[in-house]
Amino acid sequence: MLLTGAQIIAEVLLEQEVDTVFGYPGGSVLNIYDALYDYRDKIHHYMTAHEQGAAHAADGYARATGRTGVVIATSGPGATNIVTGVATAYMDSVPMVAITGNVNTEQIGKDSFQEVFIGGITMSVTKHNYVVRRIEDLAPTLRRAFAIAQEGRKGPVLVDIPKNITAARLEFAREEPIRPVSESRVYPNLNEVAELINKARRPMIYFGGGVRLSGAGAKLRELIEKADIPAAYTIMAAGILGYEDRNNLGLLGMHGCLTANRAASEADVILAIGTRFSDRVALNPKEFGAQARIVHIDIDASEVNKNVKVNECLIGDARDILTQLLPLVRETKHEEWMQKMDEWRKEDYRPEDSEEKLLPHQIIRLLCDMAGEDAYYVTDVGQHQMWTAQYLKRIAPGHFLTSGGLGTMGYGYGAAIGAKIGIGNGQPVLHITGDGSFHMNLNEACTAVSYDVPIITVILNNAVLGMVRQWQTVFYQGHYSSTEPERRTDYVKVAEGFGARGYHCETLEELKAAMREALKQTGPVWIECVIDREEKVLPMIPAGGTIDDIMLD
Amino acid sequence: MQRYYLSAIVENHEGVLARISSLFTQRGFNIESITASETSIKEITRITITTAGDKESMIQMMKQTQKLEEIKAVFLLKATNSLMRELLLVKVAADESNRSHLREICEIYKAKIIDLSLESMVMELTGEPDKVDAFLNVLTPYQIVEMCRSGVTALERGPRTYVLQ
Repeated sequence: MLLTGAQIIAEVLLEQEVDTVFGYPGGSVLNIYDALYDYRDKIHHYMTAHEQGAAHAADGYARATGRTGVVIATSGPGATNIVTGVATAYMDSVPMVAITGNVNTEQIGKDSFQEVFIGGITMSVTKHNYVVRRIEDLAPTLRRAFAIAQEGRKGPVLVDIPKNITAARLEFAREEPIRPVSESRVYPNLNEVAELINKARRPMIYFGGGVRLSGAGAKLRELIEKADIPAAYTIMAAGILGYEDRNNLGLLGMHGCLTANRAASEADVILAIGTRFSDRVALNPKEFGAQARIVHIDIDASEVNKNVKVNECLIGDARDILTQLLPLVRETKHEEWMQKMDEWRKEDYRPEDSEEKLLPHQIIRLLCDMAGEDAYYVTDVGQHQMWTAQYLKRIAPGHFLTSGGLGTMGYGYGAAIGAKIGIGNGQPVLHITGDGSFHMNLNEACTAVSYDVPIITVILNNAVLGMVRQWQTVFYQGHYSSTEPERRTDYVKVAEGFGARGYHCETLEELKAAMREALKQTGPVWIECVIDREEKVLPMIPAGGTIDDIMLD
Repeated sequence: MQRYYLSAIVENHEGVLARISSLFTQRGFNIESITASETSIKEITRITITTAGDKESMIQMMKQTQKLEEIKAVFLLKATNSLMRELLLVKVAADESNRSHLREICEIYKAKIIDLSLESMVMELTGEPDKVDAFLNVLTPYQIVEMCRSGVTALERGPRTYVLQ
């Protein structure tokens, strides 16, 4: 059939089984939006308040469903507005296809109205990007973009399409989507790795988002149980181990548990799975796992020896590798080592409860108790994010969504909306944020209102930029430079102004009552929780430090 | 610091060189020179990169380059079984007093004199980078007014081929 470029875009989206896209219209994408009008029964387009929100929504959608998130933005400012969202997805390996409009091909390079070279701008924050210059290239390019987004280490791909290409016509024939094949590989050093594990006396597992992305959680738990290995995780992998499990050491790194960090420094074998030794985990790359022989399991060969030197590596899909490794690993107990963990745990930082005022750890625990383990927990970035990661109780694997690598304040609202649209009715979606992060993109409340998306936003309001301020307290002699903004935002009123509901809480009882109400709503709710500005995220190991530098108060 | 020579076989697309140099700039890899040209197969471009650094950063550089969508292959060229050449154009201030000395140097190095004026001489030399360095060293007593080096371009010896069939 003879179709316009815009119709071809819609057809390829359908071919790729895309029924949900996020975006914002504009001059260069008018033809695409005209096609979306015709395809509105098959492709649901969600318009956000800002293109950044649309990009985060596509990201949240992808993280919650495992499918490729799609965002559409116009040329120029529309395109630059999605850059933060694309970079966020890139750093956390989230599959995404971003479609941007551009000026007509003959106007490219002339500084035309709303023209930017988004291909150049996003070169270092995409797996790959394209400028489509001929209508003949449009469908193959889009198909390839979807394939790249999902293959190997997942990530975003941007396709920039000039307006005249979306108007040109070409014969189109549907094709089957290319599904990534999870091939099983041969790992020549598998026996050596198994031997290392079998001989270890103080083994430890440290795992990250790759375990979630490859669906290796069950295999990982099997390995932990069979070989009796304690395990710690990065923020990208919270919620994969049971909260009460003896082998669960908790979060590792800068704000990780004392036990987890001590285990890493005393282990004789460390198995790093689906993770990349980031500077927030391997704070001091030379000292990380100083006594250990380190095995690195990851899908991306370039991660091996990038930050921390390792002794063995297995490159491939984590689930495939663990499946092959499991039969070679001996069933054993490391009772002496595990008892050491139990001892260390007694020294772990444990905040005291309060009846009078709201405390971060009590807020997070109450939210988990009330929303349940099937709920999705989406955060922004800062203190509230770390508290959520630290105090989340048992949750379903992959139900914790956060900007780990890029650390994007303002990520949460858009991502929560995308996640909720992706999972449909059923599990509640909580957006846990701070007053700093929330002010960045609270405009997306209008999106949640327009589409009746029942996001429960819980704002931990300490009236300051808590994480930056905490660093200023510890490292800058309490010089609170630009972290105490003296805002007078009335969250209840602003929520109501948007057409949402708002609650103000100063005690746990009030929060409980507000949550009870919120869980019944069909639209968005804001719950403001007033907390003290002196609350810190503890423990804390300063950047570049080791377990010896850990601060517990 | 050691010098490494890498060859990259890439798809002949617009922007592929920008992609590689953007990657190197972002990750802080040092490039001494980079040369690129279309090959006998129109769809394929061959790039030669000269880099100086430690072995780890060279390996990391290769792995990161390998990940780029348009890269078909990237490999390290060993000095022992590779042919490396660089082109030098150098303009020296020259008059009657030193012209014959310069001609003598050119003869020894098999450099060509390709332009001559009353007060200048332009010489062309092709050779391994070390030879170019040595030639320039010999020219230091003279006044070099302008020069240009192409950067290294290289192929492996023997019948082995990396260009995809």
